[in-house]
Amino acid sequence: MPSETTTHLRLAINGQLREVDVDNRTTLLDLLREQLALTGTKKGCDHGQCGACTVLLDGERALSCLRLAVTLTDEEVTTIEGLCGPQGQLSALQVSFVAHDALQCGYCTPGQVCSAVGALREAGRGWPSRVTPGLAHDVDPDTLSRVEIAERLSGNLCRCGAYPRIVDAVRAVLRTGDTATPPTQAETETGEQSR
Amino acid sequence: MKPFTYVRARTLPHAVDLFADRDDAHFVAGGTNVTDLLKLGVLAASHLIDVTDALPREIETLPDGTTRIGAGVSNAVLAGHRAIRGRYPALAAALLAGASGQIRNAATVGGNLLQRTRCTYFQDVTRPCNKREPGTGCPALAGAHRDLSVIGGSGTCIATHPGDMAVALAMYDAEVEVLHTDGRTTRLPVGELHRLPGDRPDRDTVLAPGEIVTAVHLPDPGPHRSAYRKVRDRQSYAFALVSVAAAVTAGPDGSTVRLAFGSVAPRPWRAGTAEERLRGHALTDELVRAALDAEFAAATPLPGNAFKVEMAKAVGLATVRDLLAGRGENTPDQAHDVPGPAEHRHTPSAPAEGPEGAAG
Ligand SMILES: Cc1cc2nc3c(=O)[nH]c(=O)nc-3n(C[C@H](O)[C@H](O)[C@H](O)COP(=O)(O)OP(=O)(O)OC[C@H]3O[C@@H](n4cnc5c(N)ncnc54)[C@H](O)[C@@H]3O)c2cc1C
Ligand code: SF4
Ligand code: FES
Ligand code: FES
Repeated sequence: MPSETTTHLRLAINGQLREVDVDNRTTLLDLLREQLALTGTKKGCDHGQCGACTVLLDGERALSCLRLAVTLTDEEVTTIEGLCGPQGQLSALQVSFVAHDALQCGYCTPGQVCSAVGALREAGRGWPSRVTPGLAHDVDPDTLSRVEIAERLSGNLCRCGAYPRIVDAVRAVLRTGDTATPPTQAETETGEQSR
Repeated sequence: MKPFTYVRARTLPHAVDLFADRDDAHFVAGGTNVTDLLKLGVLAASHLIDVTDALPREIETLPDGTTRIGAGVSNAVLAGHRAIRGRYPALAAALLAGASGQIRNAATVGGNLLQRTRCTYFQDVTRPCNKREPGTGCPALAGAHRDLSVIGGSGTCIATHPGDMAVALAMYDAEVEVLHTDGRTTRLPVGELHRLPGDRPDRDTVLAPGEIVTAVHLPDPGPHRSAYRKVRDRQSYAFALVSVAAAVTAGPDGSTVRLAFGSVAPRPWRAGTAEERLRGHALTDELVRAALDAEFAAATPLPGNAFKVEMAKAVGLATVRDLLAGRGENTPDQAHDVPGPAEHRHTPSAPAEGPEGAAG
């Protein structure tokens, strides 16, 4: 029941319309995990310092722990659960993470994957990063170097130190050019086989 | 966190009205700092006014060559914008050196300018802090002050403005456009937005409650070569220990240098003294070194951060030296290389384009 300090929200999350009453103090992260049972998104630090809580808002990567749910309007929220296809097929990046063994405990992985989806979209616009030589020129998203990928994902910490393999996994999808949409059955099988 | 009411301002006048109606109201834009401070208990607002829909979000190049950036533009969009990258490369570089991709997507120009200090005592409500609770004392003076100010602080507070963007803006002589509660709009230099603490460390900026940053204006920078260099504990996703934004412009009387330092002071530190000493001279290492010594002669570091004075001078010298040697980002319309110390004396006919008046 909405009061002065609670708000009724209608949100599009992973393609579904969800209606909830939230205390205005609730972050998007806590809303997802505690009210909507979408526990794929992880809480690492709750202060913007680790990237574990990364989700996509209209396709752009965002930290759900630093976003009050009440401030969301008509943005489409996509969490790690929403990157899969309708039958639960993994997306190309997820398959690549599996294929490259780009995780140990897996706690940072949902955030890493969502962050990579957003980072590749940014590179697709030609946006440079801190390590791009010549800021005036657009980058070629298909040929991002390891250093470029590492820098673009620097907002996601991995306590297991899986960084080299995370970079491998992201680099591998650059060539396919398919980052956010679910893979074909054949790709999924390839991913499964090389695990 | 105490409960709060929440409202979205539709327009700027609406935001002003909403603020006037409420005690204990606080603006929120990208929310990356506000949300954190609410959780930490540092900020105890009872009413949040979201200005996201009200703030301008355009980046406009005006006919006179100046640029107006709406306060609601995200740090990511600003850094990615072609005219910003091409004409103000040190600004794009500073933005890209800040925070992470996720945070830059949310962070706004206005919020970035007005972000609070990262002093650990300020963020810890179990500790005293003159900035958070005036009169309680400053534990940083005898405690952890490695990241804090070496110049411009006071005996009551040595917090820094921790951001990167403002350092480049100060170097480019940018101005902040402010909407006052009586509806007037004024402008002030970015370098004058943040106050030196004196005996009122609780007031970060010269803005009065309810005043809104609506835009940032950048002068036409002219052809120049520039760089933003940031020294920190890890290469990425960390605040600066020391940073420098620098630009070199070739002119008939030699090269003109513009310099601003970050994370050394409560405000972005425009190095007016050093710039003045370098004006009209052949830029040798010795001269640059002496100019930086003069700039930091007024520094009053503490034992835990004295290294930052030497670090700032070293980074300043290295950056100027690189720019003179042709390294760094050129604006595309930079017709000629900026002459370095050696060629300088023999090639007096470099492009005759001076910088905008340098602020102190
Ligand atoms: C882990 C981490 C690392 C970071 N690293 C860096 C870094 O390396 N470099 C760097 O520069 N920053 C860094 N930041 C800080 C980040 O850039 C700021 O939090 C962000 O820029 C604030 O912008 P915002 O729009 O989210 O502001 P908000 O959180 O919405 O607001 C910040 C303040 O500004 C006020 N405000 C906002 N907009 C206006 C306006 N238009 N008019 C008047 N008042 C307004 C708010 O009331 C509030 O007091 C980091 C943050 C985190 C969490
Ligand atoms: S330096 Fe300033 S912000 Fe930090 S503890 Fe002292 S008074 Fe507080
Ligand atoms: S939980 Fe959000 S950044 Fe760590
Ligand atoms: S896989 Fe364990 S934290 Fe990254």
